[in-house]
Amino acid sequence: MNAPEVFMDKPDASGRFGDFGGRFVPEALMTACLELEVAFNDAWNDDAFVQEFYDVLHTFGGRPTPVTELSRLSRHLGLRIYAKREDLAHTGSHKINNVVGQTLLTKRMGKPRVIAETGAGQHGVATATAAARLGLSCTVYMGELDTQRQALNVFRMELLGATVVPVTSGSKTLKDAVNEAMREWVTCVKDTHYCLGSVMGPHPFPWIVREFQSIIGREASRQLTEMGVGTPDVVVACVGGGSNAAGIFAGFANTDARLVGVEAAGGAAIATGSPGVLHGMRSMLIQDEFGQIEEAHSVSAGLDYPGIGPEHAYLAKAHRAQYEAIGDDEVIPALQLLSELEGIVPALETAHAVAWLIREAGTTLAPGTSVLLNLSGRGDKDVAQVREILRGAS
Amino acid sequence: MTGLEVTLRAVRHRGRRAFVPYFMAGTSNEWLRHVEAAANAGADAIEIGLPFSDPMMDGVVIQEAAKRSLDRGTTLASVVGELASVDVGVPLVVMTYYNVLLHGGLERSAAMLAQVNVRGAIVPDLPPEESSEWSSACAPHDLATIYLVAPSTPNERVAMVAQRTQGFCYAQGRMAVTGTTSEEGDGASVAAAIRAVSDVPVYVGIGVSTPEQAQRAASYSDGVIVGSALVRRILDGATPNDVEDFVRSFRRALDASHE
Repeated sequence: MNAPEVFMDKPDASGRFGDFGGRFVPEALMTACLELEVAFNDAWNDDAFVQEFYDVLHTFGGRPTPVTELSRLSRHLGLRIYAKREDLAHTGSHKINNVVGQTLLTKRMGKPRVIAETGAGQHGVATATAAARLGLSCTVYMGELDTQRQALNVFRMELLGATVVPVTSGSKTLKDAVNEAMREWVTCVKDTHYCLGSVMGPHPFPWIVREFQSIIGREASRQLTEMGVGTPDVVVACVGGGSNAAGIFAGFANTDARLVGVEAAGGAAIATGSPGVLHGMRSMLIQDEFGQIEEAHSVSAGLDYPGIGPEHAYLAKAHRAQYEAIGDDEVIPALQLLSELEGIVPALETAHAVAWLIREAGTTLAPGTSVLLNLSGRGDKDVAQVREILRGAS
Repeated sequence: MTGLEVTLRAVRHRGRRAFVPYFMAGTSNEWLRHVEAAANAGADAIEIGLPFSDPMMDGVVIQEAAKRSLDRGTTLASVVGELASVDVGVPLVVMTYYNVLLHGGLERSAAMLAQVNVRGAIVPDLPPEESSEWSSACAPHDLATIYLVAPSTPNERVAMVAQRTQGFCYAQGRMAVTGTTSEEGDGASVAAAIRAVSDVPVYVGIGVSTPEQAQRAASYSDGVIVGSALVRRILDGATPNDVEDFVRSFRRALDASHE
């Protein structure tokens, strides 16, 4: 008789979650990945480091973020919806949790510089912010298309003292920004940490990022208990690489809660992808029959990624979490509905999770179902783009 | 010992420094003529790039070549089909990314490549720790797996990599992706670290773009690999004759270095 499986524990020694994960990197980066694993293990077992991480998130990052009952949306959909308000964290999204952790780790490893990739710009802004706080030099790689879609975030990063490098290769979006950051890391790995923004890439990144983000789920679990809600029936979060989803799932992976990740239909690695190796990991990828990676397409730059973190690929395969896809056409109405009913303008990424609730309410979600929604980011960065879309539609 | 290593050790035994040019397969209708020209002009082995959409270890030149090749519809099977029509007389070694082999099916990919006289594979995103499945697929076909040692590789790891590599050991001359043009690199110390623990042939690549650099690299290694400098010329319209001249210039420099 086997003991019940414990989900979202440490990956195995090769960095695998089931069949997924691993460390598929050039030899030039292998040593840095091995050293990072040792450094993180050491730091995460050091009470002083963990305490500093929590202290910085409290005094600088705005944690704990509240859980808000979304009463009007709940009535509208016939559900009981609670939102974990990562939009209220410093820099406007959950991304701050990971970058505070990784920049503290960078300092601990004695490296004076970080590089990062960014899609929507949220991770880039967060990295620039955390780097500024610690006096680390910071360079952010961003697809040229995204620098146009998110021009204000480029300026924000520059205000924070970071250098933003537009990436002109490939699809000029997040996937190419990751390629370019990896290439750059090869040249500077000795004194530079690659502050990867999601639960993806080579081991130990998927594990490190999930651990730093798991504060979301642990806080929410405690808060729902205090509110008398207990374990929710459903926990839902949007998924690009999957860091906010991993963070909130981590608090509920070993409960009865149904875990739902919502991908953009144009980048739905679980629904439409197949197993493969990209960016240092074996995971589910959108690719053709020859193993060439296809370009993702989403209204949301943060979900414009043809892969997904390896632990999500595993949770899907193990049937512990389900992954659904939402098309661009469902996203804008969801953003509008949450804004009008609750006074919260969500990020386009987050609006995918809201759209899934709207679609499933009354069908797969029975009336009265309790839902924890990870409100992963605020929509200020997307307001200009949404205005353009709505103008075009009218 | 793999057939590739037997051949390359024999090159060294003859007192010759190896020259290994790199070509991206499928960049034009003429690409096989380029490969033949290089063999005629004195290449000792030839690297054939199989294009991948996301070449993490490659700079802008190889990226451009990969894109051009993919846009022309190049696949593992199409390259194998074309290679079946030629016999250039020197070993071929493919360089590609793991996902391309994975999607061909590891066993099937290895078998197909071996059938057209490919003797080895360099897969830069497949470190020894992840390569057991690929190595098992290669073994029945005498297909060598060639590993890189980087300037960042610590000595104890150099020993492991040098022990695992087959055919030759790829000494990465610089901490950079392919196509770097900067002058002095780390090739000498990387090659020395490999030689301290192994007598496998050591070839220096990444950061070798001129005959002069090749000559210097040959003073501390068994050969050199030149990719982007050649591919750049091909993307700009070099003919097979131009390729022959290019290879001869390196051949002369390497032969002179040894006299």
